[in-house]
Amino acid sequence: MTKKAKKMSSVAALFVLAAIIICVGELTPQSSSQWSNLRTVLQLGTIYALLAVSMNLCNGFTGLFSLGQAGFMTLGAYTYAILTIPVASRAGVYYLYGVAGWLSNVVLPIPVALLVAGLMAALLAALIGAPVLKLKSDYLAIATLGFAEVVRIVIASSPLNRVTNGSLGLTKIPGFGSYYGIFIVSIVCIAIIVLLINSSYGRAFKAIRDDEIAAEAMGINLARHKQMSFVISSFFAGIGGALMAMYMGAVSSTTFTIAVTYFILLIVVIGGMGSVTGSIISSLLVIAAREWWLRPLDQTQYIGTFRVPLLKAGFRMVVFSVILMIVVLFFRRGIMGDKEFNWDSIAKLFKKRGKKPKTPTVGGDAQ
Amino acid sequence: MDTFLQNCLTGISIGSIYALIAIGYTMVYGILRLINFAHGDIFMMAGYFMIICMTDLLIPWYYSVIIVIVATIILGVVIERVAYKPLRDAPRMSIMISAIGVSYLLENLATYIFSAQPKSYPYDKMGFLSQRVTLGNISTTLVTFITPVLTIVLVLALVVLVRKTKIGMAMRAVSRDFETSQLMGVRINAVISFTFVIGSGLAALGSILYFIPRSSVYPLAGSLPGLKCFVAAVFGGIGSIPGALVGGFLIGLSETFVKGSATLSQYSDVITFILLIIVLLVKPTGLFGEKIKEKV
Repeated sequence: MTKKAKKMSSVAALFVLAAIIICVGELTPQSSSQWSNLRTVLQLGTIYALLAVSMNLCNGFTGLFSLGQAGFMTLGAYTYAILTIPVASRAGVYYLYGVAGWLSNVVLPIPVALLVAGLMAALLAALIGAPVLKLKSDYLAIATLGFAEVVRIVIASSPLNRVTNGSLGLTKIPGFGSYYGIFIVSIVCIAIIVLLINSSYGRAFKAIRDDEIAAEAMGINLARHKQMSFVISSFFAGIGGALMAMYMGAVSSTTFTIAVTYFILLIVVIGGMGSVTGSIISSLLVIAAREWWLRPLDQTQYIGTFRVPLLKAGFRMVVFSVILMIVVLFFRRGIMGDKEFNWDSIAKLFKKRGKKPKTPTVGGDAQ
Repeated sequence: MDTFLQNCLTGISIGSIYALIAIGYTMVYGILRLINFAHGDIFMMAGYFMIICMTDLLIPWYYSVIIVIVATIILGVVIERVAYKPLRDAPRMSIMISAIGVSYLLENLATYIFSAQPKSYPYDKMGFLSQRVTLGNISTTLVTFITPVLTIVLVLALVVLVRKTKIGMAMRAVSRDFETSQLMGVRINAVISFTFVIGSGLAALGSILYFIPRSSVYPLAGSLPGLKCFVAAVFGGIGSIPGALVGGFLIGLSETFVKGSATLSQYSDVITFILLIIVLLVKPTGLFGEKIKEKV
């Protein structure tokens, strides 16, 4: 396929996605519970798509197995919250400790606060990147995981009470007030990451992933490129965390735990390490499964008078993690492998199989 | 002086529990080159097994201890068979992701079965283990004294096992070179299963000793201790059993002393990871680790 056709296909995919989002936004009634599920899935799914793509940039494209996502998200979420909670509601939010004097009147517009949230995460990444990125794969994973924990502990610690509200967390975090805000920010961020991946820097990242020593021999500055990938990935993780805070309206030091990092990693794996479209498709599917399709598993159900066994709160997550394990064990390449989505492969699939694929999983594994 | 002694005692005790768990990490890492992210959750499950045995089934504690150890070993070996064995030829990242998946599954499973609320551990029914002892001004449970002794004995036994027995030789061979030892007729799968038996058994024992003074178990109870124990294993040099012991003691002691100081007490978990970074930067192979040369 030529470069132009490739571009056309991704633009077309983007249009389809935008059309779905706008249809849901404009045509569905706000109050209906059935449709609110779809809204939740689209909004949360898009935020997770941004988080997954940013993690993919570091883990899938550069081969740096970093598990610090939750830490950067926490930092981003807190930065955003601290800078945007309306002055009028601050007294209520900081009712126990009071708000620090220098902070009490600082309110930034939402886009600026988002940017600052990203920059704070990027700054932390730049600070810890220099020592941590020297480590090899699994040591890097543990070190970044540790840093994420450190961020959580420091944010909840008492010297910062008047800034972060200690272990109480922050509430009344404002959002865009519009259904489209989250989509616009996420899609712009993902687009920037895609542009980066397709640039010469992106090619350098992939070279480092495939063979560090060969890449170095080709004149790629390992330390610089690794640092760059790590910092940019953290920048977008920070923005993702801020979007999450915006979506939930509240954040505390226990919001983004190690489990959140694992969850995002599993989304990336299901989508395919090294495929942006894979991450996007998989985050929408995974969130739909977790928040919507598997929901009935959490409620006790009766068939006539027979109580269906096993169904109670929490069963959804067990089934969900079993599905994740099956993907990890048997469909190791994930939905897309390291390929990107294009219409041709879907068309080929129709021709070869002669039947409609339910999910693109079949297409990814057949190659 | 009394607080100092008390801190020493607590630190050594918690440190030796860390050491027991760290041995599981270090042995699995030595053989499979895998951070068994599920190890901390196996440790947590062992805590729940104990609650089932004693609170729900009312089995006396001495039988319960045996049942818990056996059940945990079975859990560990099953995890290895189901989640790690199929990925033996896969890239290392896949098997690590599988381990993360298992950890995620176990945490969700525990939340489902036992709910997210902490369950109280039958700490006061453990016979002589939960007896309180008073030495001068220090008052503590007997288990605090037993833990380090038991740990040191077990570590010595394990060192003898690895150095002197046939299975120990097989383990050393596998950790040195996976493929060659297979060609030499070492039954890889048996050796790996045996490693998981030892690791999970020690985790079960560690769990009993860990939860008696803490008195409650919750689904995420294993994740932070798990991380710390891995740090202990890295500290002592991954693959080295005495290293895990020393690493465990160091982490336990430093953590307890930081916790004891008034100003820094809330940063006690931070210190572990700072130690990790320092060790990795200064001596990446840990205190007793072997140097591995990277081949092109």
